[in-house]
Amino acid sequence: MTREAVISVHHLLKTFGSFHAVNDISFDVYRGEIFGFLGANGAGKTTAMKMLTGLWKPTSGKATVAGYDVFTQAESVKRSIGYMSQRFSLYADLTVKENIELFGGIYGLSTRHIREKRIELLSRLALTDSEHELISALPLGWKQKLAFSVAMLHDPQIIFLDEPTGGVDPITRRQFWDLIYEAADMGKTIFVTTHYMDEAEYCDRISMMVDGKITALGTPEDLKKQFLAKDMDEVFIKVARHTQPIAQ
Amino acid sequence: MRVILFLIRKEFLQIFRNKSILPLILVMPVIQLFILSYAADFEIRNVRVFWMDDDQSTSSRMLLQKIQASDYFQLVDQSFSPKAADLALEQRKTDLVFHIPQEFEHNLFREGHADIQLTADAIDGTKAGLGTYYANLLIQDFSRDWLAKYGSNIHIQAASMPSIVPTYSFWYNQHLNYKTFMVPGILVMLVTMIGAFISAMNIVREKELGTIEQLNVTPIRKYQFIAGKLIPLWILGLFIFTVGLVVAKLAFHVPIIGSLFLIYGFTAIYLVMILGLGMLISTFTNTQQQAMFISWFFLVIFILMSGLFTPIENMPPWAQNLTLINPIRYFIEVIRLVMLKGAVFQDVSLQFVVIGLYAIIINGLAIWNYRKTV
Amino acid sequence: MKRFAAFVTKEFYHILRDKRTLVILIGMPTVMIMLFGFAITNELKEARVAFLDHSNDPQTLAIQEKILASPYFSLSGQISSPTGIEDIFRDGQTKLVMVFESDFGQRLEKDGQANIQLIADATDPNTASTVVNYAQAIILDYTRNIIPQQSTPLINVQSQMRYNPELNGVYYFVPGLIAILLMLVSAMMTSISIAREKETGTMEVLLASPMKPAQIILAKVVPYVLLSFLDAVLILTLGKFVFGVPILGSLGLLLGVTLLFILLALSLGILISTVSPNQQTALLLSLMGLMLPTILLSGFIFPIENMPLPLQVISNIIPARWFIIAVKSIMLKGSGFLLLWKEILIMFGFILFFIAVSVRKFKIRLE
Repeated sequence: MTREAVISVHHLLKTFGSFHAVNDISFDVYRGEIFGFLGANGAGKTTAMKMLTGLWKPTSGKATVAGYDVFTQAESVKRSIGYMSQRFSLYADLTVKENIELFGGIYGLSTRHIREKRIELLSRLALTDSEHELISALPLGWKQKLAFSVAMLHDPQIIFLDEPTGGVDPITRRQFWDLIYEAADMGKTIFVTTHYMDEAEYCDRISMMVDGKITALGTPEDLKKQFLAKDMDEVFIKVARHTQPIAQ
Repeated sequence: MRVILFLIRKEFLQIFRNKSILPLILVMPVIQLFILSYAADFEIRNVRVFWMDDDQSTSSRMLLQKIQASDYFQLVDQSFSPKAADLALEQRKTDLVFHIPQEFEHNLFREGHADIQLTADAIDGTKAGLGTYYANLLIQDFSRDWLAKYGSNIHIQAASMPSIVPTYSFWYNQHLNYKTFMVPGILVMLVTMIGAFISAMNIVREKELGTIEQLNVTPIRKYQFIAGKLIPLWILGLFIFTVGLVVAKLAFHVPIIGSLFLIYGFTAIYLVMILGLGMLISTFTNTQQQAMFISWFFLVIFILMSGLFTPIENMPPWAQNLTLINPIRYFIEVIRLVMLKGAVFQDVSLQFVVIGLYAIIINGLAIWNYRKTV
Repeated sequence: MKRFAAFVTKEFYHILRDKRTLVILIGMPTVMIMLFGFAITNELKEARVAFLDHSNDPQTLAIQEKILASPYFSLSGQISSPTGIEDIFRDGQTKLVMVFESDFGQRLEKDGQANIQLIADATDPNTASTVVNYAQAIILDYTRNIIPQQSTPLINVQSQMRYNPELNGVYYFVPGLIAILLMLVSAMMTSISIAREKETGTMEVLLASPMKPAQIILAKVVPYVLLSFLDAVLILTLGKFVFGVPILGSLGLLLGVTLLFILLALSLGILISTVSPNQQTALLLSLMGLMLPTILLSGFIFPIENMPLPLQVISNIIPARWFIIAVKSIMLKGSGFLLLWKEILIMFGFILFFIAVSVRKFKIRLE
């Protein structure tokens, strides 16, 4: 079965001075899959993601997202993707409705389209009554779900999520993953970074980053077999132990 | 374009929701305008005089009376002791010491001339210079009076010499009202400072909070981003300028002789320029503290060299040439020429062109230097 | 003690790594003193004067020559008719127009009196009156010289300019400049630095550490003390060696008073930071509430004596005012400690007041 690689990474490198934040990584992500980009804090996940979303320029290497080169065609990449950053960057001093309308407008949706999407989105999240509340007034979990939905407003084929479930309780995390499944069912490709190892089980395939390098790549099942581990936590520990620290 | 309209809407919503910024932006300028206009006064008034009269004669007392009658001088103390005089100078209790030596009147009658010693606290050089100048004028006046009274007693020709009578008149500001001169300039300064700070801090704040990333990851174009920031702040700037103008007229009675249309036209273009400058600065800085600091640094220098407080004509040639690239200089020129002298467009067309070019270049630089991909 | 030292080192790193701010902190004093020393002055130079000469005889030409020979005036142009006056003023460059009436020379000889009209552009009143004064003086001088018999003036005035014989503008500004920069570094930067720790939440982390709050604040403050001191010394050095601004009094006293003021500014910075929840507020408060009033009302540029009474009263609570007085006295008058007890006492009072309020606010916050 041939699958289309919507994200293709070859020897991607990002250095800050002598520090190699992303140290020569290569992998592919296929259409429709939920790809988990795992690793400890500071492993280089966010840096890699910022390069793939066209926010940061790579030091060297090549990557294409949705068929566009992240180095030379960053703006085209941005048109085709959705992004939810680690810091839930909706405007805290704007209301739910205002945020939706703003980003809808920026992505070029028509006024009617925005309205339709807004009504649908809010009812799905059960936030219709909170339409006029400031983002700052919402609890963290709702903010995250909202940010995700806003990232999908313009119907992008690939969605990047950077640590979307940080700091919330397990139930809310579970609810968030329901949203991710829904999106995947619609044929979207989800690229999600997380340091919660249990969330790795929810993904179709995962990769693990340690000190800027990819040290494991495959389905959760394959990796558990490969490392003789009973869960992803154990996989991670074994992977981390195997990897030599990179000399600075 | 639609995108820009959405961005403008966002900015306005944020501005009006920001409870602390709004009063600061509106109230502070008005307060500063008031304080500054009253404080910024270089006019020399009330020069304090310490009177040391070793002669105690009719003539010396005549001089004393003249000083007391004068509007310029204020007698603060008298004494015989030179030490007291020195102390008064050192303790800043007086600006000028008049010393009439012992044989003053005697010398006037016998020799036909006498000495007076003036000692001035010259730390404020301008004040000392003008103070002694006025003192000299007063003494000359006294000389004429004295000669008129006693001149026939001694063989001195009265002033039957040919004299040139200068009459003087002051145009545009008959009463030499310093506020008329300062207030328009202060208005310029306020608009400049607020404009630069607000626009610089605005973008850097988004950088610090991370919201700018969410914009950078969209297909939004750079010029749309800049325009979306520029336009709301521009409207705000014009509003603040209007408030200031109203205050200037109502509270300070500054005349507006020239065309308001012309004034607003220039202000509009100038605002584009100064907001663009703030944005340009923000593309170089990552923290609000840096943005503030750098803006402050440039602004202070520009304002000091703009002719607001001290005339450009008094500067050495190299400094005068430097002011040619100072945009604030042009705004100050225009506002004074148009408001106080009724200048028309032809008179200030050069300034218009310069500021227009500046606006284009600076905003162009801001757009060019802003990176959506770092 | 070691913890403390480590903390101070951390603060130094913060400052040294922020290269942009650092450059400005060193560059600003230098630039400002250059500006004030060389460019910013109220002294008249090369004021443009235009002549409307209805006579064009030897006398009027002689007067014009005399005027132009003076360093205060330079030629703007000749006007041919009264309507030209308005135009030349509108151009903006000309400050004075001298109008000679017709048959000037003749009138002078025959009637013993002739008239010159001085029309000044009074949009800048100070320049206008100065220009008129100088012109009058030159005309008077001319009058005296054309009389065949020189009459010695009745009164000979000997003037002495004390403390500043050359009427150097820079003498007036340098003390104020030190005050402003110290305020900037010690007060504003300190307040922002502390507010930043609050905003990013690291303050709480520090408070939870074994270090006492007083130690934390102190450690934050030490680098700024050094930086301020450096700035002050820089200005004094530049002032002395580039502009010849003297330091007549005791250098020790001067530095002591400077240190006192630095502490004052620091305590003020700390106070501002206790009431600011984030950097932006600290920044705006420092700027609008501290810097601007200091620049305007401390006697730095604008003489306090010229201000209306209410502003003079307000000026009393501007700490910088007292510092500027003390510094001027020490540097330019050689005043000793005894003469300055009032100013020093007031500064001490300010410090105690600010620290007391800060401590109270801090305690309230902890509860």
